[in-house]
Amino acid sequence: MQIELRILRFDPERDQKPHEESYKVEAAPMDRVLDLLHKVKYEQDGTLTFRRSCAHGVCGSDAMLINGRNRLACKIRVDQLKAKRITVAPLPGLPVTKDLVVDMDGFFEKFRSVQPYLQTNTPAPERERRQSPADRAVFDDTTKCILCAACTTSCPSFWAQPSYVGPAAIVNAHRFIFDTRDDAAEERLEILADRNGVWRCRTIFNCTDACPRGIHITQAILEVSSKIVEHHA
Amino acid sequence: MLFRYRGSEGMLAWAFHRISGVAIWAFILLHVLDIWLANVNATLYNDLLGLYGSPVGRVGESLLGAALLYHALNGLRIIIMDFWPSMTRYHKQLWYANWVAFVVIGVPILIQIMAPAFGLTAPFTFGGA
Repeated sequence: MQIELRILRFDPERDQKPHEESYKVEAAPMDRVLDLLHKVKYEQDGTLTFRRSCAHGVCGSDAMLINGRNRLACKIRVDQLKAKRITVAPLPGLPVTKDLVVDMDGFFEKFRSVQPYLQTNTPAPERERRQSPADRAVFDDTTKCILCAACTTSCPSFWAQPSYVGPAAIVNAHRFIFDTRDDAAEERLEILADRNGVWRCRTIFNCTDACPRGIHITQAILEVSSKIVEHHA
Repeated sequence: MLFRYRGSEGMLAWAFHRISGVAIWAFILLHVLDIWLANVNATLYNDLLGLYGSPVGRVGESLLGAALLYHALNGLRIIIMDFWPSMTRYHKQLWYANWVAFVVIGVPILIQIMAPAFGLTAPFTFGGA
């Protein structure tokens, strides 16, 4: 079948503002949007710029706005979109570098701000730091994040206030706050109690819907909020 | 982006919550104004109350009632999720439950408000007047 791919293009050296360009490509129902983007790049317009790396939903490089929702181009198939016309645009709310490539520096800066690494006050044991399966299960969901930014850039609170730390950073803070082996939970809770922290969440659920790993992001955010309230009580 | 992003039930619930919140705020302003009028110009105040009782005013009151009811029910939904984060997994079901409650509570109120506009007696009388 033939699909019309409408891609929001922007070349900072040529364009004043982004504009849409249309491409007609032959596609099979099981083709992914990434396959269509490759067809355009390889067969029609080699200047089309986008990120992709593993192309199998693991690296999180090719998150983009596809038919009005943030998704990974390598995970969403043509038949799932149920449309002959597919629109593709860069992730909303981040500065566009070129075409579908956005500047992720601010996103990663916020990720780093929550100290997403294990911090302990005790000396390293001879072997691993042990943890019960039950304790591990508490934060299992938030270990799955691949930092694709689909969640943060789907959030209206983030669009309105770019200084909001965003769902992805909170998810990664959750992963360590609820880890019994970590000793820096209080510090992270203080960071997230800030006016640009968890309180900007309005339980809109766009983040949860956009997550290609199926993480229950809103639940994680509210668990961190509850922990902050508990911590300050 | 707000109007172009295709959010699901959660985004709709939030959008309606905000719209109903602004509508209630606008009514509060009007309400402050009409109460102020009672003290300043009693005739104008009575005329305004007459306008509230007209068919157009009753449609406005119905919309106000709808906004209040939606805002209150969705507020309860948010409170439930705030206190029990695991309930976020059922946020869509909670929203649909809101709409069921909205209809069950809202329809009798709608009949009560709109009946006089069609020359009918309101089903519930208060104070026997």
